[in-house]
Amino acid sequence: MRTSEERPTGTAEVAAEPPPSGAQGLLVYVLRLVGALGIPIVGFFLLWATFDFLRDSDANRFLVVGVAIVVGVGGVFFLYWGMNRIVDLLAVRFRESVRPYVFVGPALVILAVFLVYPVINTILVSLKDARGENFVGVDNFKFVFTDDSMLRAIRNTFGWIVVVPLLGVSIGLAFATLADRLRRGEAVAKSMIFLPMAISFAGASITWRLIYSFRPQGFGSNIGLLNGIMIGLGQHPVSWLDIKPWNNLFMMVIMVWMQTGFAMVVLSAAIKAIPDEIIEAARIDGASELQVFGRIIVPSILPTIAVVTTYMIINAMKVFDIVFVMGAAENRGTEVVAERMIKWFFISGHRGRGAAIAVVLFVAIIPVMIYNIRRFREQEATR
Amino acid sequence: MSDVGIEEREIPAAVAVEPREQALGIRPGGWFVRLTVLAIVILWMIPTLGVLITSFRPEGLVETTGWWTALAHPFDAAEWTLENYRIALDAGGLGNAFLNSLAVTLPATVIPIAIAAFAAYAFSWMEFRGRYVMFVAVVGLLVVPLQMALIPILRLYTNGATAGNYIIFPDLDLSGTFLGVWLAHTGFGLPLAIYLLRNYIGALPSSIIESAKIDGADHFTIFWRLIVPLSVPALAAFAIFQFLWVWNDLLVAYVFLGGTKDVQVLTIALNNLNGARGESWHLLTAAAFISMTLPLIVFFSLQKYFVRGLTAGAVKG
Repeated sequence: MRTSEERPTGTAEVAAEPPPSGAQGLLVYVLRLVGALGIPIVGFFLLWATFDFLRDSDANRFLVVGVAIVVGVGGVFFLYWGMNRIVDLLAVRFRESVRPYVFVGPALVILAVFLVYPVINTILVSLKDARGENFVGVDNFKFVFTDDSMLRAIRNTFGWIVVVPLLGVSIGLAFATLADRLRRGEAVAKSMIFLPMAISFAGASITWRLIYSFRPQGFGSNIGLLNGIMIGLGQHPVSWLDIKPWNNLFMMVIMVWMQTGFAMVVLSAAIKAIPDEIIEAARIDGASELQVFGRIIVPSILPTIAVVTTYMIINAMKVFDIVFVMGAAENRGTEVVAERMIKWFFISGHRGRGAAIAVVLFVAIIPVMIYNIRRFREQEATR
Repeated sequence: MSDVGIEEREIPAAVAVEPREQALGIRPGGWFVRLTVLAIVILWMIPTLGVLITSFRPEGLVETTGWWTALAHPFDAAEWTLENYRIALDAGGLGNAFLNSLAVTLPATVIPIAIAAFAAYAFSWMEFRGRYVMFVAVVGLLVVPLQMALIPILRLYTNGATAGNYIIFPDLDLSGTFLGVWLAHTGFGLPLAIYLLRNYIGALPSSIIESAKIDGADHFTIFWRLIVPLSVPALAAFAIFQFLWVWNDLLVAYVFLGGTKDVQVLTIALNNLNGARGESWHLLTAAAFISMTLPLIVFFSLQKYFVRGLTAGAVKG
């Protein structure tokens, strides 16, 4: 455990520290920049050159993958090692103020290129026209908040944000609590719930289409599970995915199916971390099992519930694959925001609108981001 | 089997002195608990089971009867076939797509881990100005929607980037190449990788790092000889996480690699099949199951690491 004094507590303190002055200070900055940029740039061109060579020679795919892994891992390690040796050659007074940037710099450079730059760029493009050339002011945002299909998408996404975390966390919590009491088979039961986590959205969509499958009379027999049950009950088969607005719920069920396992595993670990003495003490005092659950287990794992819920909210906000693969979102009224973004940018070819939708999504996620950072700082403070 | 008698014994709550039960801090549930757990497990298994059974049934039967009817006569050889898998692998192009998925996934898993491990070490054990602010920024980037990054990166790949007359990012024609996808996945996976690894590496006892320093080890040696071996569980956990994520990803592959036959990955092949042969259930299910095999193997063989990694950062407080 480190002491908390080691760690700067905030931005103010960092800014207050005076920057090194004069030519020497400048040199340190240049060296840090070189240290940070060196590995990603050299590494990138190393990979690119290798790969370009392999592409030209029309090489076997196994060879390409093999070389990529060797260059990717070996190369990356070697670059860090080399950079570290170069730092050792510097004057002693520079060394330790440059070295951290060699370690942390490459990651930051990649993050800047692949996440920070895109955010800024997307905001700019969202103010431009279909081809991303002329500024059109807030027209695209007007579109986002007036177009019928977009409004439906926003409404549906709200539904996803509420329903998926709610169902996922409550089923996950219930299952974690119950499975905890099994005499045996706990691990197997948990694996079965967790299994859908390993399946792709594309695979899951096929899996669930097989459940919702519907064929009108004269187009073959109904082999979908739900309609099999309907027929078994003497009812007419139903086209489940065309029942508005419930078809939204049917798609949310797919995501609940996939993510409950995650909630369950994390919550289960938290439940097991509650000291036994507390629970035993409550039982000795005559608390019923339901009271133990409601007054002790749930309050003690509340922070974990918050983390899991946040994670699931973010995922629900970004949901794209399920709706996209199920298809016909506009006819079915099952549009969601992220799916609209892909639709406008890649299928309808309107860059401005696609970018504007992405910006709206980002703005909606900012509160979660702030919450995430706050939680992290609290956690650090108690470390 | 000899301890069955002990396990079956009912233990009154107030006098729970049986050591095994006390250690676990649980009171075993009765039939209600067992039935509920069983019901949820069955409910959760049904979708996958449906795919598995359908994929082994001949086309004629798949088209006329529901998969559950096969359960009635499981030992009738006419009910089962491997033909679907053969067709999916050859004609469906799934065999080739499987290789492409491997080509995308392995480097896209390994490269971000290497980079993130160095960064996580620096964030945990090196002193430098702005360390805290930088890490908070990484935590913030955790939630940036992937969708937002796709468009600008695609343009970077196809057009490069210039500021005035200076080329900042050259036009390298990365779109449609494996390298382009690896880099994209590296970028998108880094925040979580750094976050998880720093949680783990930062929690290692400082005494061992201090003593290594006293023995004259520099940061690179400490990192390579001490931190990496000690962090194997966390590295493995993130590796599994990233592997599943990249293997199952449709969006990034769709945007940066495209859907042409020679480079398509499994998820894209699956999606194409879904669109083109949406009612050929015998092929779709076989294809879906092919795409699930490797993640399921990885998941079941390394489950312990995966769960530990997921819970390492989340269960605090």
